[in-house]
Amino acid sequence: MSSNLKLMSGNEAVAEGAIAAGVRFFAGYPISPSTEIAEVMSRRLPEVGGKFIQMEDEIASIAAVIGASLTGVKAMDATSGPGFSLKAENLGLAVMLETPLVLVNVQRVGPSTGIATLPAQGDVMMARWGTHGDHSIIALAPWSVEEAYYLTVKAVNLSEQFRTPVLLMSDAIIGYMKERVILPDPATLELVERPRPRFAAGEGEYLPYGADSTLVPPMAAYGEGYHWYANSSYHDQHGFEATANNREAEYLLWRLHAKITEHRPEVMMTESYELDDAEIVLFAYGSVARSALAAVRQARQQGIKLGLLRAQTLWPFADLEVKAIAQMPNVKAIMVPELNMGQMVTEVRAAAGAHVPVISLPHYDGTMIKPASILASIDRFYRGELTEETRQIPELAIARHYS
Amino acid sequence: MPAIEMLQTEEMKKRYLRTEGLNSLWCPGCGIGTISGAIVRAVENLGLSQDEVVIVTGIGCSGLIYNYLNFDGFHGTHGRALAAATGIKIANPKLKVIIPMGDGDCAAIGGNHFIQAARRNIDLTAIVINNQTYGMTGGQYSPLSPHDSKHTTATLGHIEEPFDLCRLAAGAGASYVARSTAFHVHQMVDLFSNAIAHPGFSVVEVMSQCHVHYGKRNYSEVASEMLFWYKDHALNVNRASKMSEEEIGDRFITGELVNRIRPEWTAEYEKIIAKAQARSAEEKARQDVLHREKEFDKQSQPEHQGDEG
Repeated sequence: MSSNLKLMSGNEAVAEGAIAAGVRFFAGYPISPSTEIAEVMSRRLPEVGGKFIQMEDEIASIAAVIGASLTGVKAMDATSGPGFSLKAENLGLAVMLETPLVLVNVQRVGPSTGIATLPAQGDVMMARWGTHGDHSIIALAPWSVEEAYYLTVKAVNLSEQFRTPVLLMSDAIIGYMKERVILPDPATLELVERPRPRFAAGEGEYLPYGADSTLVPPMAAYGEGYHWYANSSYHDQHGFEATANNREAEYLLWRLHAKITEHRPEVMMTESYELDDAEIVLFAYGSVARSALAAVRQARQQGIKLGLLRAQTLWPFADLEVKAIAQMPNVKAIMVPELNMGQMVTEVRAAAGAHVPVISLPHYDGTMIKPASILASIDRFYRGELTEETRQIPELAIARHYS
Repeated sequence: MPAIEMLQTEEMKKRYLRTEGLNSLWCPGCGIGTISGAIVRAVENLGLSQDEVVIVTGIGCSGLIYNYLNFDGFHGTHGRALAAATGIKIANPKLKVIIPMGDGDCAAIGGNHFIQAARRNIDLTAIVINNQTYGMTGGQYSPLSPHDSKHTTATLGHIEEPFDLCRLAAGAGASYVARSTAFHVHQMVDLFSNAIAHPGFSVVEVMSQCHVHYGKRNYSEVASEMLFWYKDHALNVNRASKMSEEEIGDRFITGELVNRIRPEWTAEYEKIIAKAQARSAEEKARQDVLHREKEFDKQSQPEHQGDEG
């Protein structure tokens, strides 16, 4: 067991998780703070008979990953902010072609070039809505190096199970931080393979977009003789253009969503800490959830009834879980610390409804949120100084514009 | 060419064409149908299995080819066909990947992917259907539109010079480069066959009529008149090699322009896999020796434990 004890970064853990999950193709393009994932994959993949290529840009790399996946190979790509923007169109292509792949976004401060090596969570809404059209998506967020490994395996599994791209929303803290991890024997991992046609090529009519009650169509690989189309236009069950067939178009878009939402329990992962008697509940995800848990521990020592709901699955959103908390009689408020100006807080607010106030704790200077800062906000709440409506203006802005 | 005659059969149509996709979405007289036929004939000439061919397309009129051909097919995003094809080829090098693209798809939005694929010399076959305009969107200028040609976005004449796509491909490193036209069907089939068989990045540019959007603004809205224009303006490379630039004039050079062998990407990567596996085997052997030495030390010195305090 001790030989599996490693000191590694989140980026390295993502790469090792991918290899363990059976990823055998990676196309990437260097960008901070995700580059180490590509570097490790370039070394590790050929060792296990896999393939790595550094493409000419971020668009080409996700396109190549889609192509590789269509040949039946588990495939992955990794990037950060600007690269995530560039990949947006082809992420929609992967949704439409129902191509399993994992795209890792090691988030940095944006918009634009932003601050290349500092952490943020500013892409979580883009993860949901970043490509044009009404698409479906799964997104996961790890809070530790070890979890970066396991959620990468989970992301690959979900992508295969549902024939969909899955986003792993890491950040510069998780990506760069080194922690002690104990890697499992890969043979003990439960791996999922995409659903396959039930008959050999030529022995029946293969419908590449014809789904059974799972709503996930079986997937042939190129070169197996099925002669099927991966079609980015609206298509019928055969893959033929259905752009003039409104009923087929409506059905396809419904199925792309429903194949995920109808299997919500298999996708949804959250963790609860100290919720039973909590008066205030933090909703947090990714690296911020570490500060949130530290705040919970410190608050409890001071006799403050603070709890935490940590979302490992960002999308689909944990609305039922949030709603249940909002309806708990003890809960006076939900607070949402995030490394952005307040993105997931809008979802939390929608799920909580009118039951409790949902207060945003935005943090967007490129540093980590400190537990003390969360505790200070709780103190302000109890003193009546912090409500949903409180304008939270940065120090420099007050000095320059409000004094 | 008797081979071509043989291929004109119902059997050919049944095997290679998908009639479910018809009626054709192309305008009557469009050159892309002829080119699609030439692709199929090249596949047949080479004796390839239908199962090993993948047709990869982007967006535009050329992006509809996958609809009618009975192979594995891909219809992706505008300009990115070569990038997707690169992933397909690397992941399964046994596949013959043919990428029909328009001049906009290939040389504008996909320009970087085109030159990078040529530089990499990955075994793909790019068939660039050059109608000198954006057909699907109704006739805007492309990077292959001639100077002073008329388009919906250049009604007073286009002020830019076009790429010579074949020179661009050759300069970027493509190891097989050829040009033909929709009129020269026999030549086109031969060049496609050579290109598909070539072990490296191959490009065949085919001049093809868009009489509907390009022809009517620039030469003729009659498809056959444009075909005859291609016939008159195509100059075989063997003849052109003996002529001066002035003698060549406004004619374009057809035939096989580049045919050379360079290291091919997927073959080179196999060597990387072998090296990486050798390196990791060495590393493992080294670790095993270290481990055994450690175990030996542990076993041979138990009674000294604690002596050194």
